[in-house]
Amino acid sequence: MNVVAATGRLTLDATREIGRIANFAARGGTAWFVGPFYWRAFWDALARIGYASLPVVGLTAIFTGAALALNIYEGSLFNVEAFLPQILGVSIVRELGPVLAALMVAGRCSSAMAAEIGTMRVTEQIDALSTLSVDPFKYLIAPRIIATTIALPLLVLVADLIGVYGGYLVAVYALGFEPTLYVTNLVDFLNSEDVTSGLIKATVFGFLISVMGCYYGYTSRGGAGGVGSATRTAVVAAAVSVLASNYLMTSLLVDI
Amino acid sequence: MTSEKMKISIRDLHKSFGSNHVLRGVGLDVADGQSLVVIGGSGSGKSVLLKCVLGLIKPDNGAIEIDGANIARQTGGDRRLIADLSGMLFQGGALFDSLKVWENVAFRLVYAEKKPRKLARDKAIDCLAQVGLAPEVGDLSPAELSGGMQKRVGLARAIAADPEILFFDEPTTGLDPIMADVINNLIVDRVKALGATTISITHDMASARKIADEIAMLYQGRIIWRGKPDAIENSGNPMVDQFVHGRAEGPIQMQVRREFAKKK
Repeated sequence: MNVVAATGRLTLDATREIGRIANFAARGGTAWFVGPFYWRAFWDALARIGYASLPVVGLTAIFTGAALALNIYEGSLFNVEAFLPQILGVSIVRELGPVLAALMVAGRCSSAMAAEIGTMRVTEQIDALSTLSVDPFKYLIAPRIIATTIALPLLVLVADLIGVYGGYLVAVYALGFEPTLYVTNLVDFLNSEDVTSGLIKATVFGFLISVMGCYYGYTSRGGAGGVGSATRTAVVAAAVSVLASNYLMTSLLVDI
Repeated sequence: MTSEKMKISIRDLHKSFGSNHVLRGVGLDVADGQSLVVIGGSGSGKSVLLKCVLGLIKPDNGAIEIDGANIARQTGGDRRLIADLSGMLFQGGALFDSLKVWENVAFRLVYAEKKPRKLARDKAIDCLAQVGLAPEVGDLSPAELSGGMQKRVGLARAIAADPEILFFDEPTTGLDPIMADVINNLIVDRVKALGATTISITHDMASARKIADEIAMLYQGRIIWRGKPDAIENSGNPMVDQFVHGRAEGPIQMQVRREFAKKK
């Protein structure tokens, strides 16, 4: 009986939390439909989330591409010169590029957003914004959500290029592939839908990551411990929502 | 009720957090240009009262009238009425640590009133001067300031838009007695210069006596006494008397003592 009650309570709590997050996301995502627009906050968020994430996303992509090339080569039984760039290209562009870039950004930016906004919450800086006639959703939340939603597809595009290049380096310089053949096989096999599906995923991931970071920061309570807990929860929630939504979107997009 | 024009009228204000009934029917009138200080022990509901008036917490019941308009039930854009009219000095300063000092002071001018940054900076430097800070302080980060300087910057930010109403949340907490007196003097001076109506909350009696036209005491979610600062010594109310003289013995029992007594 207790197990049933506990399961019911857990389900209700989870549903309530999802409802609160959805409400927060709707409020944050639409806050800029009506002005004022805080462009300085937006450009600042775009630089910190997009530009500053380039090194970590690039490094992840190049090593993933390189390792993937070795694995595909090892597992191929025939015609590896044709299959390697094709499998590598599709894997990077459709799956690994968006997911790995999103996980890197979740780790790097979702935690930073939760910590920054959480600290502002517990030190009354968010209350101060309201008393200064500035809506915290317009000044703090909306710029971060919009900047991450725009930045992640661009980062994924870069991750795709660097990942494929990582595979190219291994294929050509370690495995002795013909460079022109590698590129031709890759370009001929990949189509625009592969790239588009990856970018659609990245847009959704960017939105989810920023919502989680902002939500857990905005609702944090109780000093340093509360901010630490919010940061931890934000990263876990962002990573889980990326992986879960990736499966859902893949099941929808494979039929394109 | 007097015939004076009331800037702020609070009637029968209630607020609970779960089973904790923090405000139990608070009623207060603050006349135009008057400085009211609300005193009370920790956990008596002072901060909740202030946050209700500021619109940061929605009360469960009751009315909060500013210039006759009830703002207690307002949300979103409507709530900006009180924000547009008022300035607030937070207990911990609540300065934005990602911005320079002058940007903190000019925040409302730049982001809410859309004033040009150059104009806003000049006004910020002028406000810093009014609270005794040099122009160079404007280019520092809040983290580089002492507690007293942070309070002064907070005060400069609160007065930057020439508000009609000022709120002070424990303005002298955490300051040494001399710096506390400096802040009290600045508050009295600036409030007089602006002609603003103010509500302050504090448990610092020296500060209350200095900045108040009238003092009200909040206890267990209700106003139990109100009068002039010089009348507080002879209030005739044993709870006010105990609080003013800071005595552990008396009708106000601290939570820790009740719990201890229960265990016994």
